[in-house]
Amino acid sequence: MLLLIQYTLIFASVLALVALGGCFSEHSGVINIGLEGIMVIGALGGALVMKYMSASAPAIVMILAVMLGSAVFGMLYSLLLAVASINFKADQTLVGTAMNLLGTAGATVAVRAINAAEDASNVSSTIQYVNEKKAFLVYFGRFEFNWFMVVAAVALVASYVVLYKTRFGLRLQACGEHPQAADSVGINVIRMRYAGVLISGVLGGLGGIVYITAGVSEWKFENGVAGFGFLALAVMIFGQWTPVKIGLAAILFGLFRALSNVYTGFDFLVALNLPGSVYNMLPYIISLIVLAFTSEKSRAPKAEGIPYDKGQR
Amino acid sequence: MEKKANKGGGLLRNNVVQSLLASILCILLGLFVGYVALLIVNASGAWGAIVAVMKNYLYYPSAAAQLKYLGSTLVKTAPLLMCSLSVLFAYKAGFFNIGAAGQYVGGAGASLYFAIALGMPWYICILAAALVGALMGAISGALKAYRNVNEVISGIMLNWIGLYTVNMLLTTVKEPTSPYTTAVSKANSGAIIPNLGLSALFSNNSYVTIAIPLAVIVAIVIWVLLEKTKFGYELKATGMNKEAAKYCGMREKRNTILTLAIAGGLAGMGAAFYYLTGIEQWSCSQTSVPSMGFNGIAAAFLGGLHPIGAIFSSYFIQHITSGGAYVDKTLYCSQISDFISSMIIYLCGFVFIFKLAMNRWLDKRDEKKAAKTHQEGGEA
Repeated sequence: MLLLIQYTLIFASVLALVALGGCFSEHSGVINIGLEGIMVIGALGGALVMKYMSASAPAIVMILAVMLGSAVFGMLYSLLLAVASINFKADQTLVGTAMNLLGTAGATVAVRAINAAEDASNVSSTIQYVNEKKAFLVYFGRFEFNWFMVVAAVALVASYVVLYKTRFGLRLQACGEHPQAADSVGINVIRMRYAGVLISGVLGGLGGIVYITAGVSEWKFENGVAGFGFLALAVMIFGQWTPVKIGLAAILFGLFRALSNVYTGFDFLVALNLPGSVYNMLPYIISLIVLAFTSEKSRAPKAEGIPYDKGQR
Repeated sequence: MEKKANKGGGLLRNNVVQSLLASILCILLGLFVGYVALLIVNASGAWGAIVAVMKNYLYYPSAAAQLKYLGSTLVKTAPLLMCSLSVLFAYKAGFFNIGAAGQYVGGAGASLYFAIALGMPWYICILAAALVGALMGAISGALKAYRNVNEVISGIMLNWIGLYTVNMLLTTVKEPTSPYTTAVSKANSGAIIPNLGLSALFSNNSYVTIAIPLAVIVAIVIWVLLEKTKFGYELKATGMNKEAAKYCGMREKRNTILTLAIAGGLAGMGAAFYYLTGIEQWSCSQTSVPSMGFNGIAAAFLGGLHPIGAIFSSYFIQHITSGGAYVDKTLYCSQISDFISSMIIYLCGFVFIFKLAMNRWLDKRDEKKAAKTHQEGGEA
């Protein structure tokens, strides 16, 4: 049971971070389908920091350095979306999809090159961080507390404050609802949309590193992040684009994702004698059902996905 | 009309020519970025690697071997073409069928299960694959039409649901000692798509079957369906302006479901075209969705969203994907091809702006010319 709570919280942290990323981007008016790719690249950034830092570094330094690495990688990668969709008015779905494929392919090429340079016989795309990872963990009895849970909670509160209590956040949302009106009162729509996408890059990148350190201590980059970026988008929609609801939705989805890791620990679940694949499928099935019941009254930002055109009414 | 005729650069203004130019530019830029990536990894072998990717089967010195591996590339082009048709068909109606990857997986599961477990002949297996793909597409379509669920997200969810379901289903027909399904040729040779002498043309490459010409025929059928039928017209109208189409009395809900069902059927059939040649066995322990459906997106956009263009772009994407296997493995990895093709998809996002810029440039040139002749006329 403890294990279930632990995994639920860590997966919920991932989903919350990435969904908040999507939330910022969409409130500024840009659909970010590329979150999956951003997660992979962010994870790569963090993993590389862990690889090259000595495991004996103080925990706080390690945590901050890893977070910085992921955030920077995620942010730089999200520039691909920003430039294409804001400056060049490209199809946001197409560009996002390309970023997802590019993320996995690029990370694989990079990690394999790094591995092969160290040891010519090593052709894997895996990075290990067994010792480095310990910096994130604190044990309360048998409960494995992860500092990233705090990071996710802080991000939730901060997002709420930024979106609803600051001038920046309200302006950002105006750009996603009616950019022409925002422009008419002197808001720089282009700059705001850049801000939205880059923030989503930072949060998506952080989500990526949390995901690959959740429960495992090595990652094979060929596998990407298994649709987690899209689950996060489902969380965002279920959460109606508001931080508080996103937090709750993330816990629900995190619970179903955690089940696939720990179902063997529950006698009644084992007694059902279902194959493991059923539990692997569960989060995706739940999200389809949830979306079917929540998408109709969608509170999506009205101008999302539409390139900003000054002359349009 | 007359005004248009007066404009210069007739050939350059042609939409097909512009699409072709844009695609070539995407390819060149994509290859260039791939080359730069190779340079960063290892400068000395980069040129050799990019040449290997481009050469693919030309790597072999003998003509017979070249022909044989050309055959293998074509065998893999057929399913890719089907996936790209699936993507472009849906895109014409305004849907982004990222679910093609999952529909392909569903088709693979259905065709292999019908072939191995039920012992059905090949045409029944193809039909089953198409139906399962269509069903998965229809689910996305119904969710979109009636519950306003974004088809991209439902598509991704169905990709994973499909993968795990197919893994479970095909575990019942796998080899006892490996994670792979029993070879179709051994279990039920009647399920192998006939080759009608085609394989003799490719140095007896037994995987070359009529699936390849069938895929091309399907491309032509899709072209006719889109350009020459009422349904195709309605579909494109819905894609351009949903509200207007509804206002004109088109049943947009029915069309949504039908479009995605057809798109799904195409991708599912594509899987049958591949797995029923026996070239590859399904691994029941796969943890990622096969990339065929995603490469279909690349091929669809690179082909200018035209069914005939898709034939050529599918071949090109498959050519470089297969070519990735020939790079020097001690220096690079085969994923460099995935990297290049995903770069090409990214660049395809700029095609619209490229065409716009080109037309503006032509307009400006015409204006200058017009001004000049006007001036000259005034002087005389």
